[in-house]
Amino acid sequence: MAELLLIARLAGRRVAFPASSVEAVVELEGLTPVPRAAGHVAGLSALRSRVLTVIDAFASLEFGRSEGLSEAIVVPSDGHTYAIMVEEVEDVVEASAPPSPIKAPLGAGWDRAATAMVEVEGELFLLIDPHQLIAGPAAHAA
Amino acid sequence: MEELINDFIAETRDMLQALSGAIVAWEAHPGDRERLDEIFRFVHTVKGNCGFFDLPRLAQLSHAAEGALAEVRAGTRTADTRLVNAVLAVIDRIGELIQALETGEALASEDDEQLIAALGTEIEVSVPALEPAAAPEIETRKSQRSIRLSVDLLDRMMSGVSDAVLARNELARRLRDAPRDVEVEAAFERVSACIAEIRDGITRTRMQRIDSLFAGLPRLVRDLAAELGKQVALEADGGDVELDREMIEMIRDPLTHIVRNAIDHGIESADERVASGKKPAGTLKVSARQAGNQILIEVADDGRGIDGDALARKARAAGLISAEQAEKMTAVQKTALVFMPSLSTAEEVTAISGRGVGMDVVRANIERIGGVVDIDSRSHQGVRLCIRVPLTLTIIPALTVSAGGQVFAIPRSAIDEILRVGGGSVRIDGVGEAEVATIRDRRVPLIGLADLLGVEPEAGREDQKLILLKPAGGDVYALAVDAVHDHEELVVKPAAPAVMAAGLYAGTTLADDGSPILLLDPSGMANCAGVSFDEKEIDALLAPAGEAEAVRETSLLLFRTLDGARRAVPVALVERIEDVPVETVQRSAGKLRVALGGRLLPLAGCDAAPAEGKLRILRLTDGVSELAYGFAEVVDIRAVALDVHAAPAPGEVGGVALIDGEHVEMLDPYWLFAAHADASPDDGARPVCALPEGDPWMENMLRPLIESLGYRVVAARDGVAADILIQSAGTEEPQGSAAQILRIRSQSEAAGDGSIYRYDRAALLSALTRNAKGQANG
Repeated sequence: MAELLLIARLAGRRVAFPASSVEAVVELEGLTPVPRAAGHVAGLSALRSRVLTVIDAFASLEFGRSEGLSEAIVVPSDGHTYAIMVEEVEDVVEASAPPSPIKAPLGAGWDRAATAMVEVEGELFLLIDPHQLIAGPAAHAA
Repeated sequence: MEELINDFIAETRDMLQALSGAIVAWEAHPGDRERLDEIFRFVHTVKGNCGFFDLPRLAQLSHAAEGALAEVRAGTRTADTRLVNAVLAVIDRIGELIQALETGEALASEDDEQLIAALGTEIEVSVPALEPAAAPEIETRKSQRSIRLSVDLLDRMMSGVSDAVLARNELARRLRDAPRDVEVEAAFERVSACIAEIRDGITRTRMQRIDSLFAGLPRLVRDLAAELGKQVALEADGGDVELDREMIEMIRDPLTHIVRNAIDHGIESADERVASGKKPAGTLKVSARQAGNQILIEVADDGRGIDGDALARKARAAGLISAEQAEKMTAVQKTALVFMPSLSTAEEVTAISGRGVGMDVVRANIERIGGVVDIDSRSHQGVRLCIRVPLTLTIIPALTVSAGGQVFAIPRSAIDEILRVGGGSVRIDGVGEAEVATIRDRRVPLIGLADLLGVEPEAGREDQKLILLKPAGGDVYALAVDAVHDHEELVVKPAAPAVMAAGLYAGTTLADDGSPILLLDPSGMANCAGVSFDEKEIDALLAPAGEAEAVRETSLLLFRTLDGARRAVPVALVERIEDVPVETVQRSAGKLRVALGGRLLPLAGCDAAPAEGKLRILRLTDGVSELAYGFAEVVDIRAVALDVHAAPAPGEVGGVALIDGEHVEMLDPYWLFAAHADASPDDGARPVCALPEGDPWMENMLRPLIESLGYRVVAARDGVAADILIQSAGTEEPQGSAAQILRIRSQSEAAGDGSIYRYDRAALLSALTRNAKGQANG
């Protein structure tokens, strides 16, 4: 069975997330900042009684900070639950072919976050590893 | 007991199941150390448990297997096929016995001996072929009254209930805003009560009797005592205290280590004990009790105690403390050195406790779960170790505060005191980049929470509140926040690594309105702010003595007398400074007095009123009576550490000190009041307590306590008459008549002179009230 992909707009680019790693798509209500935390941690938000650590994907890709976003995909990782802010979630689709390796350099942030390219109905998307977005730039440098 | 046996059966069955993989792997690679260790741990655990339950067959089997495996681990024997088979046969037999135990059947025992013999080193023993264990013929399991649940599932239920609570709160808000409907409200109340009950129940499912922690101790004590040739009697108490399951697991290893230590290092051999006049058998008391939302676990032995001097010598030799520090340390501080890494009192490393984890690890482990370890050692009387841990890992009492418009929580266990900056009790000084708060003559580093977090404070320093924090293992510091809100019980969850990386937070929690709150980590904040505790680490191990050690500063009013001398008086004694017309000063009834606001005050500092103009006076008070002291001008108000050289004879000037390179005469207020003040008429009815002068602790801390008990406090000096006289242990008592003398010492260790430790409030109160009552009745 072909992999299910969640297509979202992130930093102006349409990208694909493996749908299996995404728990939900939410509209964030309120954001509690976390002073002195890593730059890509936008803050905390509550999803029912759970605390979500909100990741600014824009900052994680080292493009600066995003503003005014409220849509996020919820990704559980290593015992914690994260919300990755995206510009827009478009659809969940089936990949037309297995992912293929990326052959060209994409630029610092994307190189780290994108694991492969994947084709959906004749269109190519970057397949993003949400865990890399969560880890952020610092973890990669270490 | 039944319940414990069921636990044991279930646990062993689980372990067997988990072990099956390891057994197969070990069979394939007998050299695999990891598998070997795993199997060794299993038989070791079984051995320990069944010693306690009196299951001799299981004990025999597991003991034999443990012995054989220990030889392999020690390298004196190789794991050949024969041994592997023999061990596996024993493990299978353990499984069968457990099964039999559960169903209540008897199992033939005739070939146990054979199995055990097979473990031996002799070759000529026939090993029963290892066959796949035949399926039990009859599945007559008793119906179970308990089931085992994973903590994950309980956590999920807990968070489900938390959701329900939040939803209920939301609904409650909506209902308040809506028009009243009695029926809806009644229904809501019912739902509300149900949710509370469910929450309570689920919280309790996480609790476990501490019995399960104590269960292994008798065996441990017995084995250790036998191994060391000592006699030890164990007394366990308070096993019905309930504690969070996870917490029990976290305490297990530290407790075991403490018990090992006590038996190995603390309790002497029978001969040694008899020689020092003790019973041949040592006593080890382990007790648990609940105090508020903390659990106290105490381990006390009646052994030789900790040799503080030996510890200090070792610490010196290891370069952990300087000779100077060692010199200055109190006995209690020396004892506390036992928590320093890489220090062990035993001259030689012993097999029991001289390796593996040290007391430093014990302390670190306890502190990691928000607990505290206290140690109290009495030479030749024993050691008492007290572990205090919060009831659960997940719900902690906290104080909510705000900085820069954002709410944060601080664990209440770390909070010493909350103060208002604007109040007179706090002074803030800038020292270079840093700030220092002076609180009642005590200086502590000040950290602004907003500065630390890099946000804009919403309140100026003067409007802020100070929270005195005492992080575990750290030194006290003050945290300035914009506002203090509320005490709350918060359900704390660990924060994501990216949040923890900031080093400031201990976790996250949800407010009643469902918004996330960050829980601040008191020691993390201190580290981030660069408040250095290193050189104070030793003092910090013992707070009260450490504070007493700090240089005491007295706030002094420096003034020039009418004849031009520089003198000083403690600011605390000065009620106000006033200019009075000379006409109000008159010699009457044998004393020079000044008329002030309809009262006559004795006047000191001058022999006669100046000829004309005004006289400037200090109005001094001892809390009861008042006197005036004439002077020329105020020089300064200074806080200084006093090094007073006493005057040869008592008089108006008690001594001289060097302040800014100038001689300053120190007024002796006690002499002044004794010589000049009028006895106040209505004081006869109250019992009188004489307090030594010049001791800030007595003055600031003890005096209010004594006064609150209805005593009139007078200065303890020669010739004083009092119902009770307070005296610092080790000082000479003044000549006077006192019905009772109460000696107070600053070390918590008993001095054997009948003195009371200064922070032993209960003992102080009882001594003081006994006397006050005696007065009232008599």
